[in-house]
This record gives sequence, structure tokens and C-alpha cells, in this order.
Amino acid sequence: MRPCLLAVAIFPAIIAAAGIAAQPAHAERYVVLASTTSVENSGLLARILPQFEAQTGIRVRVVAQGTGQALATAAHGDADVVLVHDPAAEAAFLEQGHGVTRRQIAWNDFVLLGPAADPAHVGGTHDIVAAFRRIAAGKSPFVSRGDRSGTDAFEKRLWKQAGIEPKSSWYKEIGGGMGADLNMAAATDAYTVSDRGTWLSFANKRSLAILVEGGRDLLNRYDVITLNPAEHASERTADAAALADWLAGPQGQSAIASDEVGGQKLFHPMSDPEP
Amino acid sequence: MLHTILLSLAVSLTATAAAALIGLPLGALLAVRDFRARNAVILAANALLGLPPVVVGLALYLLLSRQGPFGVLGLLFTPVAMTLAQFLLALPIVAALTHRAMTSLWDRYKIELRISGASLARCIAILLRIGRREAITAVLAGFGRTVSEVGAILIVGGNIAGVTRTMTTAITLETSEGNFGRALAYGFIVIGISLAVSATAFAFSRGPKFWSHV
Repeated sequence: MRPCLLAVAIFPAIIAAAGIAAQPAHAERYVVLASTTSVENSGLLARILPQFEAQTGIRVRVVAQGTGQALATAAHGDADVVLVHDPAAEAAFLEQGHGVTRRQIAWNDFVLLGPAADPAHVGGTHDIVAAFRRIAAGKSPFVSRGDRSGTDAFEKRLWKQAGIEPKSSWYKEIGGGMGADLNMAAATDAYTVSDRGTWLSFANKRSLAILVEGGRDLLNRYDVITLNPAEHASERTADAAALADWLAGPQGQSAIASDEVGGQKLFHPMSDPEP
Repeated sequence: MLHTILLSLAVSLTATAAAALIGLPLGALLAVRDFRARNAVILAANALLGLPPVVVGLALYLLLSRQGPFGVLGLLFTPVAMTLAQFLLALPIVAALTHRAMTSLWDRYKIELRISGASLARCIAILLRIGRREAITAVLAGFGRTVSEVGAILIVGGNIAGVTRTMTTAITLETSEGNFGRALAYGFIVIGISLAVSATAFAFSRGPKFWSHV
């Protein structure tokens, strides 16, 4: 009989634990930010958002999905504000009437990573399109996000510029986030494109190194977009606007400016001049 | 980190408890009472054993999204959605395994139970009591599925730090950041919890005599 009593006693304990753990989800004031994986994986948001939360009492729930998915999530009304980095997709998003205000809040640059051995001999240049041509010519392994993210859109544009259609024998599209992409590139000694912020904070670099950087076409701009209240008004619309304003405003910008990992700046505020 | 562990326990245990609450009597009922849809339900329960978790996650995401039929509930990206997903995954396991065990027990005891005039509810209760070891195994199998699951809760939960991040989804994130040490640490904790729950349930199923030998 006793085990039965114990089982009966455990049930309320389980429900209580569930209640306690579920508390944040229902009790607090929050907004849902759908963001790229690069600002999440690099830890930027985890480091700067607590300042916003302390100042306003609004918790920011970050769902990191990659630009394409983040915009789709916001279009459905499942997020309150987006932080993305694909100009073409953003323009379409605004045109379709899902978003209203777009503001750039940060920039960094993309880099081409590759094995230190550099079989395609692309190292040390600024011309990434030429590097892509060499990689394709030598059929060197290349890992691609393939997930409609901002980074993926950027990389696909470069292949178009190079006039090349990558073949799956050496071009691996994983349909995953920046971290998964970097893990595969590190493990298979492949080339890949990444934003500098995620790369600097990545903990499994192995023999990968930055081979091409610094060209003006490698600029990577991050924009925050608030949603169209005519489409998806909710009790969180005002708080979402507050978050967007904070990120673009002096406090958010100074938080981004002072954020660094190991002495390196991962993201630049708007006050830093673009190259 | 503590919240991550607590949330994992809360979601998995609640989902398993709910699956047990419904699945155990359901499995026994399927063994005891014949009704028109019975074979269809048994077939469904066994077929759903192979339900891919990520598909459940996707289906639930579409249902709970603001554009979906249940969007007004605002459950997407909350622990409730995660618990629901895991409940849907654990229920067929508990029901199907319980049904299989209760069928052989019912064959053995149905004559006595029928003669005693026991009601349907009483038969179910007695069968579950007699076959409590098999019942516990079924519930454990359900728990094993929920505590190790990651695909569904990643989709419906969104892996939000401090809100919907469990140990398994944290492993996904730490791995994608290259922090393999932390990922493994979470992994060991999940394994430890799984072992502890299995051992506890096993000890209870053996009864008080078991403890005198430990």
C-alpha cells in the first residue's frame, strides 16, 4: 500500500514543480524577439539584453531561428519584433506589410573561413568572389547554411556573382544554424562563410582560420524591424517598440559598443564607421 | 543552469504523469472490454509507437501558431506546449505497452473477475495492481521517450533561455557553439536522472522486501 501512497504524493509534487518551472512563461511581462542565429550563438543578446530588462522590467524571450524563419514567424504573429540581416528578405517583408519600422542597429563583416592548409589557395586576399571561383574550380569542400538565413542569402548572392552553380559533390548544404555549419566545416576541413561575431565566439575552431576578409562587399548589417500593428496588434506591441527603440537608441548602442569577447569586438554600433 | 534542469524535469515528469493517468487505464480497458472501435484504437496505439517526435512538434507548431486554430491560447514557445508535445509522444507508448501486458493478465484472471461481478472500473484497477510491474515498465518507457526528446520541444518551445530551454535543447545549443564540455555535462545529468528514475521505479515495483536486501 505504501508505494501507492507515495505515488499519490508525488503527483502534486510534480505538478508543483511544473508550476514553478512554468512561471516565467505566464506571469511576467515579456516580448518575443525572433532573431538570427548569429546574434544568439555569439552570445551578444545574452550579454546586452539583461541591461534592457533591468531598465524596463520587460523580459526578452529570444527565439533564434535564422533570418528567413524569423521573418516567417513574425509574419504569422508568433513573434513581436525581429532582428535580422538579409536586406532583400527584409525589403520583401516590409513590402508585404508585415513590418513597419526598420532600423539598422549594428554591423560586422562576413569572413571566408577555411582549413589552415588552404588547398584552394584563397588565403590573404580581399576578393571573396575570386576565392569562390577558386574553390569551385578545385572542388574543395564547402559547407553552406542552406536555411534562408541572412548568412546563407549572402553566400548564395556571391555564388551568383561568381556565375557558379555549386555541385553537391563538394558543396554541402546542411539546412542548419551557424554553429552547426562551423562544426561541420571544422570537422571536415571545409571552407565556409560566417559572420565574424559568431566565429570569434565559437569554441571549436580546430584548424579553421579566416582566409578572406575586409572587402567592402563583406559588410553585414543587422536590422531590427517592428511589426505592423494593423496586422498583429497585441498587448506586447508597445513593449516591442520599446525594445526596438532601446536597441537603436543610445543605451543599446553603447551596450553593443562595449560588448567584446577576449578583447575583440564582435559587433559594431552604428557610431563605428563602416569600412 | 538550475532552471534548465528543473524545467526538463517538470516537462518530462508532467507529460509522463499525464500519459500514465490516461494511458494506463486506457491500455487496460482495451484488454478488458470489447467495443466497436477497439481494434482500430489498438492498431493506432501501436502504430503511433513509431511516431517521429519532430513531426509531432511540427504539427503542434502549426496548431498553436497565431495563424493556427489554437493560436488564441498563446501557447507557442511556452513550457505548456512542450509538455503537450511530450504527452502526445508518451501516451501511445504507455497505452500500447500496457495493453499488451494486460491482455495476457486478463486471459488469466477474467473468469474469476467476471464471477466476482466486478465492475469495469474495478477490473481495470485490479489488473493494473496485479500487473503493476508491467505498468511501471510502460510508464518508464514513456518517461524515457520524454526525457530524451529534443526535436519536438525545440520546435514548439523555441529554446528560449530561462523559459523553454531544457537540458536536451541546451545540449543542442552548446554543441552549436562548440562548447562540448558543457554539452557533455548536460548529457551526463540527463543520463543520471534517467537512471535514478528507472532505479526508483524498479525498487518500488519490488515492494518492501526488496529494501531489506539492499
